[in-house]
Amino acid sequence: MYCLLKLAPLFLAVAVCNGWLFGDFVGKQKEQDEISLWPLPQKFQSSAVAFKLSPASFQIVHAKQSSAGPSCGLLENAFRRYELHSPLFTFEPVLLYDSDLVELQVWVTSADPECDGFPSLQTDESYELSIDEPSAVLKAANVWGALRGLETFSQLVYEDYYGVNNINKTDISDFPRFAHRGILLDSSRHFLPLKVILANLEAMAMNKFNVFHWHIVDDQSFPYMSRTFPELSQKGAYHPFTHVYTPSDVKMVIEFARMRGIRVIPEFDTPGHTESWGNGQLDLLTPCYSGSSPSGTFGPVNPILNSSYDFMTQFFKEISTVFPDAYIHLGGDEVDFRCWESNPDIQKFMAQQGFGTDYSKLESFYIQRTQSKGYMVWQEVFDNGVKLKDDTVVEVWMGNKMEEELQNVTRAGFTTILSAPWYLDYISYGQDWQHYYKVEPLSFPGTDAQKKLVIGGEACLWGEYVDATNLTPRLWPRASAVAERLWSDKSVTDVGNAYNRLVQHRCRMVKRGIPAEPLFVGHCRQEYKGL
Amino acid sequence: MAMYCLLKLAPLFLAVAVCNGWLFGDFVGKQKEQDEISLWPLPQKFQSSAVAFKLSPASFQIVHAKQSSAGPSCGLLENAFRRYFEYIFGDLKKPEKSRKKVYDSDLVELQVWVTSADPKCDDFPSLQTDESYELSIDEPSAVLKAANVWGALRGLETFSQLVYEDYYGVNNINKTDISDFPRFAHRGILLDSSRHFLPLKVILANLEAMAMNKFNVFHWHIVDDQSFPYMSRTFPELSQKGAYHPFTHVYTPSDVKMVIEFARMRGIRVIPEFDTPGHTESWGNGQLDLLTPCYSGSSPSGTFGPVNPILNSSYDFMTQFFKEISTVFPDAYIHLGGDEVDFRCWESNPDIQKFMAQQGFGTDYSKLESFYIQRLLDIVAATKKGYMVWQEVFDNGVKLKADTQIHVWKGRPQYQDEMGQVTAAGFRALLSTPWYLNRISYGQDWVNIYKADPQNFTGTDAQKKLVIGGEACLWGEYVDATNLTPRLWPRASAVAERLWSDKSVTDVGNAYNRLVQHRCRMVKRGIPAEPLFVGHCRQEYKGL
Repeated sequence: MYCLLKLAPLFLAVAVCNGWLFGDFVGKQKEQDEISLWPLPQKFQSSAVAFKLSPASFQIVHAKQSSAGPSCGLLENAFRRYELHSPLFTFEPVLLYDSDLVELQVWVTSADPECDGFPSLQTDESYELSIDEPSAVLKAANVWGALRGLETFSQLVYEDYYGVNNINKTDISDFPRFAHRGILLDSSRHFLPLKVILANLEAMAMNKFNVFHWHIVDDQSFPYMSRTFPELSQKGAYHPFTHVYTPSDVKMVIEFARMRGIRVIPEFDTPGHTESWGNGQLDLLTPCYSGSSPSGTFGPVNPILNSSYDFMTQFFKEISTVFPDAYIHLGGDEVDFRCWESNPDIQKFMAQQGFGTDYSKLESFYIQRTQSKGYMVWQEVFDNGVKLKDDTVVEVWMGNKMEEELQNVTRAGFTTILSAPWYLDYISYGQDWQHYYKVEPLSFPGTDAQKKLVIGGEACLWGEYVDATNLTPRLWPRASAVAERLWSDKSVTDVGNAYNRLVQHRCRMVKRGIPAEPLFVGHCRQEYKGL
Repeated sequence: MAMYCLLKLAPLFLAVAVCNGWLFGDFVGKQKEQDEISLWPLPQKFQSSAVAFKLSPASFQIVHAKQSSAGPSCGLLENAFRRYFEYIFGDLKKPEKSRKKVYDSDLVELQVWVTSADPKCDDFPSLQTDESYELSIDEPSAVLKAANVWGALRGLETFSQLVYEDYYGVNNINKTDISDFPRFAHRGILLDSSRHFLPLKVILANLEAMAMNKFNVFHWHIVDDQSFPYMSRTFPELSQKGAYHPFTHVYTPSDVKMVIEFARMRGIRVIPEFDTPGHTESWGNGQLDLLTPCYSGSSPSGTFGPVNPILNSSYDFMTQFFKEISTVFPDAYIHLGGDEVDFRCWESNPDIQKFMAQQGFGTDYSKLESFYIQRLLDIVAATKKGYMVWQEVFDNGVKLKADTQIHVWKGRPQYQDEMGQVTAAGFRALLSTPWYLNRISYGQDWVNIYKADPQNFTGTDAQKKLVIGGEACLWGEYVDATNLTPRLWPRASAVAERLWSDKSVTDVGNAYNRLVQHRCRMVKRGIPAEPLFVGHCRQEYKGL
């Protein structure tokens, strides 16, 4: 047994923290200095016994008992990725010492490892990790839990004073607190080059996020290239070739995300937020009137024409085949009624239907008719009393009366996710990550059954002020605060402890090539190499 | 002379609202041709017509005019010619030799004519530098006339901004006459390499961006409490023990040289700030007894405060240190800081208390601060350098040399009052208060940055003349290599136009339209300048 006295002059001393470390190693805090797990695992036990990892001999391998093997491309790629993350690549002579950790065995226990499947809301992401000599073992029901465990394993590795990779004897049993842990990116207000999306999927995996909510189109542009309606992007994108996502781009995003255990849920927001759709699809939008004649401008989707529903049927048929996830986000937020009110045909229809002047009834009428497979909607759809399928997920985004809304939605028996406190496009001076961190999604009054209906949350980075130039540093590590809130135990709330770990976690992201911005003054051993 | 009038279609650009004041000449209805011209900062005098010339990458050249005092031996201009050729035509992997034919409608060259006997190719820019230039675009040659290379650099940037791509992707430039000069002589950017270390690459990229915005001062807040990355030849322990890391997080003498030369090539002065007596915690690691030991009760607490002003050794150190600084940095000015001195440590120290009593300072510690600053100023004056100081030094009544520049940064009392007082006392003033770009908020904060005016205070014309400019400050608490550049640009561009263009250039709507295009131009040139609002650039940022 090789017990290492580590000197860590370049690292912030970690304050002794209760609650997240247990086991009998009082006074051995030093050994933990450089361990900076993020998000914090549910159960964690570590000791001061350290093993070395030799770049020449250490391997990540399939356990003999594992149902997954070399044919499991998803895991093979993940093994390679994590070996690259902790620079374990040289071709030195292979000598094994007693103090070495020679391998990490990855043991997938289910008969079906799900190598070629897609993650889903029901996915079991739990895993168990045991670091001991000569082998560490990562045990998970399927590849999704194995991915989470690999990330944790890589976070346990630290460099000692001589630059050698070490890992301490550790036992971890981990699982997410919430099943839906998402990031919303908006590729309509600004087009996001593929490279930016992929980099952020990488960063999501480092933070154990599992949903990419792709707000792909909106008023400003329609970059999604539809096979069924190619004119939508030809006329609705900022540029028909350089500012679009081709079918193969979309496929690549989905596959890149799948390899990291991330679901891709596209949002095609209607009936509002659709200005760009009108360029490529005649008569889809409601013509607005000024007085008795059309003003030349257009409003939400025209809800009184059968052609609108025919279009939506065909369009969403395509979407449901292109995107494998069981859910689609249908939007339904912020419908501006003024255009509908101005249009005499709409007025006539309202009278016929007996809606009076309550245009939210017309909105509900529309939404009712466009429901497809599993879907998510913004909270207005629920608020307006639209009849929803039982498995609908209602996304709560309005900042005022957030708790009341969670109460109402769950009382009505719907599952819900929270994003109201996590609009990361809102920036301010200083350490705003603490506000995101302190949010407790289940703090609203309600029964246990109601609390169970809160399946998670999303950090939203709306696109008005971000594009390829500034998106990534604006999102990270601020979104990491949300990641820990959604993964770790409810009791993990110590901001001081979180700060110390997050400082190191952000340096780890920087080291891995993600330009995650600083929390405050200080430095990373390895600063960002880009611009 | 065959006139070639091009009907341009610009479907991808925002229409520029017709704007008064910045365009003159008789071309009503010809706004379309101006759509894609997005000069930033706006020149003082600008006259353009719809007549367009084409620029062929195969034949167009930037050359020295025959009458010019500068020639091929002028490395500064040669480098600038190459830089601007690449900005205009992109990185040409291989020169196109297919088309040597010159058409009537072509602009074949830009002649750069430096008129002074000494073009100043190997000099450094200074506060007195004449940056004015005249630019005349006409066939077959455009002429850029300037007294020296510094004006020529500004004119080259303007020339490159006049070039636009037509519908077929061909570079065009309109018949244009420009006569331009800066409103203020000191137009600076402050970067802070102490709270976070800034890799050389980041500093150089921002010098590039500064040149695109006609900034001419890099105020290098190089050290502070948090770290001391400046590698001193005289006192190497300062960075060995005071930097975040003695090798990876320092600026070596050759790094510093490179920054200065890179800046010089772009007409940018480098003014280093070595802030004392406060903001010096990191100095104490490598220089024993420099800082004041703080006391808790009757014994030293183990912590340290500002520079110890009662020891001769402190002044000996400063004498040697600033002697080095004055040779390393060629600019005539050094920024000596002098801000935010915390008196609590001095108050706690019995030796300091004794000294205060001896000097008859009572309990007024600002007198002790003044005592220190006074001696420091004498030390620096002996190196033949001028100095800049933060406003506290003036506020505390320190006796200052007549050419001292007072840097106004505080929000309270109102900066307008401070500007009035500084200039009433006859000192030159620089404004930064409204331009603390490290402070961020949601939305288009560049608008308020743009609206601030350094001469907007009550005072005589003579007082107004003492305002030599301003600086946009990006303090380093929350920025490093990951996010500095997009946070600074294009927000600092708003300051650039305020400091260069005429006072009357204040139309925010017009500025928005030009700035949208200016930021896309920076992006195209490799600077990750963040968006102002929704929209797109023809060529988006290729990095991460």
